[in-house]
Amino acid sequence: MNDVLIFSVISLSAIGIVAAIVLYGVAQKFKVIEDPRIDEVEDALPAANCGGCGFAGCRNFAEALVDSATQHENIDDFFCPVGGTDTMNAVAEILGLSVEEKDPQIAVVRCNGSRQNAPQKIVYDGPATCAFAHNLFAGESGCPYGCLGLGDCVAACDFDAIHMNAETGLPEVNDKCVACGACVKACPRDIIELRPKGKKDRRIFVSCINEEKGGPARKNCKVACIGCGKCVKVCPFDAITLENNLAYIDPEKCKLCRKCVPVCPTDAIHEVNFPPRKPKPEKKEDGEKRGQPAQKKEAAEKQEAGKKNEAGKKNEAGKKNEAGESDKTNNE
Amino acid sequence: MNTLTISGSPHVHGDDSVKKIMYGVVYALIPAILVSVYFFGLGAVRVLLVSSIACMFFEWIIQKYIIKGPPTINDGSALVAGVLLAFNVPANMPSWILIIGAFVTIAIAKMSFGGLGKNPFNPALVGRIFLLISFPVQMTSWPKPSALFAGDALTDTVTGPTPLGLLKEELGKGRTVPEIMQEMPGYVNELLGNQGGCIGEVSAAALILGALYMLIRRIITWHTPVAYLGTVFVFTGILYFMDPLQYVNPLFHLVTGGLMLGVFFMATDMVTTPVSRRGMWIFGAGAGILTVIIRIWGGYPEGVAFAILIMNAFTPLINRGFKPKRFGEKVADA
Amino acid sequence: MGGVHPPENKISAGQKIIALDPPEQALILLNQNLGAPSKPLVKKGDEVKAGQLIARGEAFISSNIHSSVSGKVLKIDSVMDASGYKRPAVIIQVKGDEWEESIDRSKGVVKQISLSQKEIIEKIKENGIVGLGGATFPSHVKLMVPEGKKAEVLLVNGVECEPYLTSDHQLMLSKGEELLVGTSVLMKGLGVDKAYIGIENNKPDAIGHLSELCRQYKGIQVVPLKVKYPQGGEKQLIKAITNREVPSGKLPVEVGAVVNNVGTVFAVYEAVQKNKPLFERVVTVTGKSVKKPSNFLARIGTPVSMLIDQAGGLPENAGKIISGGPMMGKALLSVDTPVVKGTSGILIIDEAHARRVPLMPCIRCGRCVDVCPMGLEPILLAQLSEHEMWDKAEDQKIMDCIECGSCHYTCPAGRPLLDYVRLGKNKVGQRIRNRGK
Repeated sequence: MNDVLIFSVISLSAIGIVAAIVLYGVAQKFKVIEDPRIDEVEDALPAANCGGCGFAGCRNFAEALVDSATQHENIDDFFCPVGGTDTMNAVAEILGLSVEEKDPQIAVVRCNGSRQNAPQKIVYDGPATCAFAHNLFAGESGCPYGCLGLGDCVAACDFDAIHMNAETGLPEVNDKCVACGACVKACPRDIIELRPKGKKDRRIFVSCINEEKGGPARKNCKVACIGCGKCVKVCPFDAITLENNLAYIDPEKCKLCRKCVPVCPTDAIHEVNFPPRKPKPEKKEDGEKRGQPAQKKEAAEKQEAGKKNEAGKKNEAGKKNEAGESDKTNNE
Repeated sequence: MNTLTISGSPHVHGDDSVKKIMYGVVYALIPAILVSVYFFGLGAVRVLLVSSIACMFFEWIIQKYIIKGPPTINDGSALVAGVLLAFNVPANMPSWILIIGAFVTIAIAKMSFGGLGKNPFNPALVGRIFLLISFPVQMTSWPKPSALFAGDALTDTVTGPTPLGLLKEELGKGRTVPEIMQEMPGYVNELLGNQGGCIGEVSAAALILGALYMLIRRIITWHTPVAYLGTVFVFTGILYFMDPLQYVNPLFHLVTGGLMLGVFFMATDMVTTPVSRRGMWIFGAGAGILTVIIRIWGGYPEGVAFAILIMNAFTPLINRGFKPKRFGEKVADA
Repeated sequence: MGGVHPPENKISAGQKIIALDPPEQALILLNQNLGAPSKPLVKKGDEVKAGQLIARGEAFISSNIHSSVSGKVLKIDSVMDASGYKRPAVIIQVKGDEWEESIDRSKGVVKQISLSQKEIIEKIKENGIVGLGGATFPSHVKLMVPEGKKAEVLLVNGVECEPYLTSDHQLMLSKGEELLVGTSVLMKGLGVDKAYIGIENNKPDAIGHLSELCRQYKGIQVVPLKVKYPQGGEKQLIKAITNREVPSGKLPVEVGAVVNNVGTVFAVYEAVQKNKPLFERVVTVTGKSVKKPSNFLARIGTPVSMLIDQAGGLPENAGKIISGGPMMGKALLSVDTPVVKGTSGILIIDEAHARRVPLMPCIRCGRCVDVCPMGLEPILLAQLSEHEMWDKAEDQKIMDCIECGSCHYTCPAGRPLLDYVRLGKNKVGQRIRNRGK
C-alpha cells in the first residue's frame, strides 16, 4: 500500500516538474515583448469594444495609441467616442502627451418620414433587414432616400441608445448614445449622421436627405427638403449649403441662431432642446394651423419658385415655430 | 385598388409546410399505434395518451411563460415527440414516470435549446435514455403481448424479456445461438409485433408501412434508412458467417428491438440529422455500426437509441465535412 | 441535380402575339442592360423616329438604345424604375409611327446571310441587342469569345421554365423560320457549326414545329428537355444538352458553349437581316384573375399600365404585380414603370396569394439543399448572411447562386432563404470588387 502511495507521489511530481520545465522553456521562446503602457491605456478605455474608434476593439485601439505615441509623439488622429474627452485626457496622461478638446457627438436620424408624414403606399413582405429591403425597392412610402424602418441601426447599437418608435416607424436616439457610429455604418441609406451634441445639447439639422426635386420629393413625404434655399438665404453665418436639391447645415459653422427653422416651408429643419419660442402675436391662427398646413406650405413653395417675395416670411416665421417644437420629440 | 405587396422572388411557394410534415409523421405512426393497442391493450392507450398530452402541455407552458413566443403547440412537433416517447416505453410504465420522461423530452431536450429546429439531439430518444438510466427496472420489465383487452396489463403483469435481452442473457450463460433461438417467438411473430418490447417498436411490419407512407409523401428520403439497415445487415451478416454459434442471423437483428422504429422515425428526424445526401449516408452507416457494436459487445441488449444519439452529436461535423456536390465542382470531360 | 416543379399555369399559352400600338408617351430608361448605363445622344425638343439611336453604350459591357416610337423628346429626366428608384430616362411624346428608312419592313423572311462574321457582331452591337431572357447581358459581348477560349456549340434557350410565361413559346410557334435564320446568323457570328435548340417537353407543338423546319438548316437540332425548373438557367441548359458543367465563377464559353434565348435570337435575326434595332419585344401579360391573358409585341418604354389595360384591366383583387415570372421576377411598386428590354412578362397575382406563407423555424429538413441546382446549401448561406459572416459565405460559394428561388419555393418553413442569400451575394460581391482595387 505504501509503495503505491510513494510511487504515485513521485511519478506525479516528476511529471509536474517536467511539464513546468517545458512550459517555462516554451514561454521563454515565444515571449512577446509588449509595451506595458498598452495594458495601462487599455484599462483607461471604456472596454465597450464597440469599434467606434475605427479599431476592432479596445485592445487594438490601445495598441494603436501606444504605437502612435512612440512613433509620432501625438495621438490627435485618435478618438474614443464612447469615453470622450475625459478618456482621451486620461490616455494622454499615461502616454505623457496632451490632446485637443473635441466636442462630444451624437447620432442624428435625418429623416422625418413617419407614417403620417410619408404615408405607406406599398406593403413590404420579407426579412426585417434594411440592407435587403434597400436593394429590393425604394421603400413603403415610395421615398427612395427615406428611412425603411426595419431597424438595422437598432440591431447595430451596443449601447441601447436607439430604438424604433412604433408609432412613427422611425428610430429615435436617446442620451445613452456615445456616437460610436455603428448605426451610421449599419444604415444602408446613410440617413444617420454623427453631429456635435451642441451647447446645452442644442442642435439644428435638416431632417431629410432627399435629393429629388421639390415636386417628386413632396409627393412621397410632407416634410421632405425641397431644396428651396430659403434657409440658405436667411442664415447669417453661411452655415447652410444647398446641393442636389438638399440643404445641409454645417455644424461647425452653425451658431444655433434658429433663424432657418421657421422659414422652412416643409418643416424639414429641426431644432432640438431649445426652449419654446415666445408666441408671436398671430395667436388666432393656432386653431386652423393643424387643419391646413399643407395648403400654406404649397403656397410657400409657389412663392419660392418665383424667387422673390419677402413679405410672406414674417408670417411664416410665426406660424412655423410651434410645429417645429412638436416635431422635435419625434426626432430626438 | 389594393395596396401592392413587394417582396423578393420567388413569388410562389410550394404547398408543403412544417405542420404538414409533422402531421404526416403522426399519420405514418398510426399503423404502429394500432398494432401496439392490439397487442398491449389499454396499457398502450394509456401510455400513448399520457405521453402525448404531457409533451404538449410542457411545450405549451414553456412557450407561453418562459420563451414568451407565439404558441407552437399546433405545429405538431410536440405531438410527434409525445407519441415517439410513448413508443419507447413498455406498456406497464407508471404514468408519473412517463410525465417525468415527457418533461425531459420537451423541456430539457427541446425547449431549452430554443424549441423546434434548434435541438441537437432527438428529444424522444433523450427521454427514453433518461428513463432507461433513471428507472432501469420499470424500463426493462416488458409485459408479454396479449390479445386486445384480454388481460389488463396494468395490474396483471406478466412480464418477459425482449428477444434481444434474452439473447444477450443466454449468450452470457454460455449457450449457443441455435439453442437460444428455440425459445424465440419466430421471425413472423417478430415481424408482426408479437414479441416483448416497447409498445411502438415491436411490429416491424407496421413501422415499414408507415415509412412507406412517409417516403411517398417525401417526408423522408430513402438514404438514411437504406444506409442504416444495410450497414446493420452487412455487419451482422459478416459476423454470422464467421461464427453462427455465437452470432445470430442478421434477419433477427432487423426485426427485433427498436431498429425499425429508430431507422425510420428517429434517424430520419430532420432536425437532428445531416442535410445533404452524402451526410445521410454517413449518418446511417455510422448509426448502423454503433448499433451492432452495442448490441453484440455492449452492456445493453439494445443499442439503437444510443447509436442515433451519438450520431446526432456528430451531425454538425458531418454537415460541415460532407457537402453536397457543387455544380461544376469538377469539370466534366464528356 | 436539384430543381423543383412549380405548377406551370401557362394560361396565355394559346394566345397569338398581338402587336400593340405605340403608347402616347414612351419612357425609355437609359440603363436597359446589365452593365454601364448608356449616354443619351438626343436633347429636349429633338424629333426622333422609331429605330433612331438615342443613347450610345460606351463602356465594354453596355449597349445602344434606340427610340421605340416617333415623336418629340419631351425631356430627359429621371423616372421610376421597377424598384421605385429614380433612373435617367428619355421621355418621348409620341406622334404618328414613323420608322427609320433603313429598316426593312417587308414581310418576307430574308434567308441569305450576306454579312461576314465581324459585320454580324458589329450589326448586333449597333442595334443594341441584349439577352432577352431577363438578364439583359449585351449580346455582342457574348459573341466576342475571349482569347484562348473556343466556342464549339451554340445553344438556343427555348425552355421557358418559368411558370406563367409564354412569350418565348408563342415566338417559337409564329416566328419559327426567322428563329432558325437567326440561329444560323449567330452560328456564323460565333464561328461554330453546331446549334441546339432546347425546348421543354411541355411545349410539344413548338418542338414539332421547329424540328420540322430545322431539317432545311444545316447543323441545327431541336433537343426536347425534361420539364423542370430551372431547366432554362444558362448553366443548367448547358449541362442538360452537352452534359458539361461550367466551373464555378467561369463563363459558359469555358466549356465551349454560348447560350442565347429565343427572344434574343429573333432580335438578332431582325437586327442583322432586316436592320431593325431592338425596340420592341414580346411580353406576356397574365395572371389568374386577368380577363384576357395575352402575349403582346410591345414597344420598349410602353408603361406597364397600358399593357394591363390591353389585357382587360387591372383585376380588383390584384395584390402584387410582377415583372417577369413568379420564380425570378421582380415585384413592381407601381404600374407606371415602363417596359424595358428585359421585361419578359407582367404577372398579376391575387391578393390572397400575394403574401408569403407564415414563417416557421428551420427544421433542417435539407430540402433546399436537395433542390439547389447549383449544389449549394441555401440554409447555410442564408444563416451566414444573416450573421454577416461574409468570408465563410464566400468559401461556401455564395457567388455561384443563380437566384432561381427553388430553395425558398420548397422550404416548408417559409424561410426567406433567397432574400438572405441575395443580400449575402451583394455584400460578398462588393468585397470581391473592392479587393480587386
